[in-house]
Amino acid sequence: MRTALLFSFLLICMPAKAQTLERGNGPEPSTLDAHKCPEVACGNILRDLYEGLVAKDGKGNLIPGMAERWDVSSDGRTWTFHLRKELKWSNGEPLTADDIVRSFQRAFTPMTASPLAEHFEALVNAAEIMRGEKPPSSLGVTSPDRQTVVIRLKRSAALLQLLTLPTAYPVYLPGVEKFSAQHTRPGNLVSNGAYRLKSWTPQSFVMLERNPLFREQAGIPNVRYHVTEDASSELKRFESGGLHITETLPPQPLAALKKKFGSQLRISPYLGSFWLGFNLTQPPLKNNRALREALSLAVDRDKLTRYITGFGEQPAYALVPPGTADYSPVALKWSKLSQAQREDLARKKLHEAGVDKNNPLEIELRYNTSTPHRRLSLAVAAMWRDTLGIKVRLRNEEWKVFVNNRKQKTITQVFRGGWIADVNDARNFLSNFQSGNVVNWSGLDSPHYDNLMTQADQAGDTVQRSKLMQQAEIRLLSEHAVIPVYFYVSKHLVSSNVKGFDANLLDHHPSRFLRLEEAKQ
Amino acid sequence: MKVWASRILEAVLTLWLLATLCFFLLRSAPGGPFDNEKTAPPEVQAALNEQYRLDQPLLSQYTAWLGDVLRGDLGPSFQYTDYRVTELIASSFPVTLINGSAALLLSLLIGVPLGIWAAMRSGSTLDRALMFTAGLGLSIPKFVIAPILILIFAVTLKWLPAGGWNNDWQSALLPIISLSLPNLAYCARLTRASLLEVLSADYLRAAKGRGFSGARLLFRHALKPALLPVVAWLSPALINVVSGSAVVEQVFGIPGIGRYFVQGALNRDYTLVLGVVLCIGTAIVIINALVDTLRVRMDPRLRDS
Repeated sequence: MRTALLFSFLLICMPAKAQTLERGNGPEPSTLDAHKCPEVACGNILRDLYEGLVAKDGKGNLIPGMAERWDVSSDGRTWTFHLRKELKWSNGEPLTADDIVRSFQRAFTPMTASPLAEHFEALVNAAEIMRGEKPPSSLGVTSPDRQTVVIRLKRSAALLQLLTLPTAYPVYLPGVEKFSAQHTRPGNLVSNGAYRLKSWTPQSFVMLERNPLFREQAGIPNVRYHVTEDASSELKRFESGGLHITETLPPQPLAALKKKFGSQLRISPYLGSFWLGFNLTQPPLKNNRALREALSLAVDRDKLTRYITGFGEQPAYALVPPGTADYSPVALKWSKLSQAQREDLARKKLHEAGVDKNNPLEIELRYNTSTPHRRLSLAVAAMWRDTLGIKVRLRNEEWKVFVNNRKQKTITQVFRGGWIADVNDARNFLSNFQSGNVVNWSGLDSPHYDNLMTQADQAGDTVQRSKLMQQAEIRLLSEHAVIPVYFYVSKHLVSSNVKGFDANLLDHHPSRFLRLEEAKQ
Repeated sequence: MKVWASRILEAVLTLWLLATLCFFLLRSAPGGPFDNEKTAPPEVQAALNEQYRLDQPLLSQYTAWLGDVLRGDLGPSFQYTDYRVTELIASSFPVTLINGSAALLLSLLIGVPLGIWAAMRSGSTLDRALMFTAGLGLSIPKFVIAPILILIFAVTLKWLPAGGWNNDWQSALLPIISLSLPNLAYCARLTRASLLEVLSADYLRAAKGRGFSGARLLFRHALKPALLPVVAWLSPALINVVSGSAVVEQVFGIPGIGRYFVQGALNRDYTLVLGVVLCIGTAIVIINALVDTLRVRMDPRLRDS
């Protein structure tokens, strides 16, 4: 009887359920303030709520957003965006070029403390405003009329890619003034995207509904982003029909997952790079390129990606992942050798570095506490021990302690590194190694490298810029400041009822490009 | 009246000590709320430190925070920047408290009768089987019970959701069962042991000798004293389900306060951790007071002391 009742209740609920896309979204979003969003969880939701001057389709291609078209000056430094007519906020008010300009000004104000604002340093006066040296009104974003936004750059940059970041979304300033931090609450949040905020239960879900004022009506009326912190629980929620899309997958044998989920399993290249970093500011790795190269050569990337990570990650011999926009991949010069040849070379390099039986080496590999990192570190330690006869101390630390130590560069030797791109631009990976950059955990201080990166920034066109960045990357690789290990993949389970979920490098899947078909009975 | 005044004073002092200790312990942990993979540039860092008063000396941060707490404001969350800690607790604590209370009620409703039943058939195979099962329920941790329940009732049978929170009984049922199983087992064992002890007391043997038997003996004379240890256990049990709810909340994706404990500490969300500690501390003080009152009402021996 009870089962029957429950079943009929579920049946009653079904038609409503088919109207809502249930998306797993990882941890609780830290904010829904577009200018303050630092992580994937808020980025996913904000992409549905907002639209920048430029947007991306489901395949990751750039498409017109608020701007229907744009022109660029011959030197590539002045961009003019022509807005669509009758742009509206979700509360019905007209959205003007002036709103966009003032929103940009807010993003760079020091008080906003926008975590991604530094990507926009190429905008005239953006860096000075962030440092509090100039007023926000001096920003190189202006509106000559209600329909036009002009952005001026002081150096070359992948501006169109940058404009798809949440920092470039228009935030409704009257709401910020009226509600301050609470302007992101349901009922207060005014946005301009295909969806608008319906409800938000912290630690549970964020519910969006179709924005009727958006120019193209989204196919799915409601989208619910669930907090799914635990990947194993998320998987079970998918299996029981509670989720249409998962944010990730727990570590499990790939073959078993493939067998169980078939075409619902979606694994594709992701714009992220995993590496092990060397601390170049302290012995024994300081001024010892031969040792660094020996350690890099002895790491068998094929084995690591096949047996340790196991989700089809691609072995890496460079820093910038393949497929990065306007960039041709480079590689370590011995990437074509077999692993046996690399190991021979590794032993030679170790000898060159002065390490032998009389002068043994003990080295420390530091990582943040997590099972996948521990497994990988153990494997690498075994490779170093077997190939080079080096003793390795493994050291794991809680996340905050680890990132702090890595930043300090005083007690680290070899450490877990890696980078997930915010924008599809090689600079995103390479600028991290410029001297003075806060995330230059290796402490690389190479005037040659810095010079190449500066030249790339000054380059007149994309081809020249890309060429200079390639040279910089080759320089970085030949310094052996890091051991590139693998390029990440994105992994999801996507219900067969969801259509239009296309693979793309940044793993962005705006809901407006998805369709939800009725569940097959 | 005087007793209550001194109890309240004692409680306030305890909470203040707890908060103070926690404040300085948290601050002595390495790493800060803004240490992350993608470290903010120094200017942004400075702006954030100023916003959250981290640029001030530790002692003045402490006094400012304490002043805010006395005014009823637990400060802004470092991690969930759109929310005040007070709001986060106001939305999450009721969920944990209701689930925890329901779990405990379920444990009592099933555990006590089971314990009585086992005690009445003490030594029988049924008794041994029941107590063995209870022992099993006690020893299996919640992070094992919860996924097994999900596997059976959500993934295989598809009767209940595997997680998520919709403010309805369906999404609450499995978490409540997961929370209650160990408590239920303990409650059954406690009731059985206590009842057996009471039944062997002289006054009950005398009552038996005078011809009282069966239900009358049990319900009128034995049960009340036998339940005293169960009532005393209620306080630590409720505290346990409230403060130890993190695992179940994480597995089922329930927006309760337990998760803030763990996440807050990992994220170095100072204000959130302190808020949660104060909230749970207050709850413990209140629960203890209520259970004590109940015990005094049930046990005349406690009234004089």
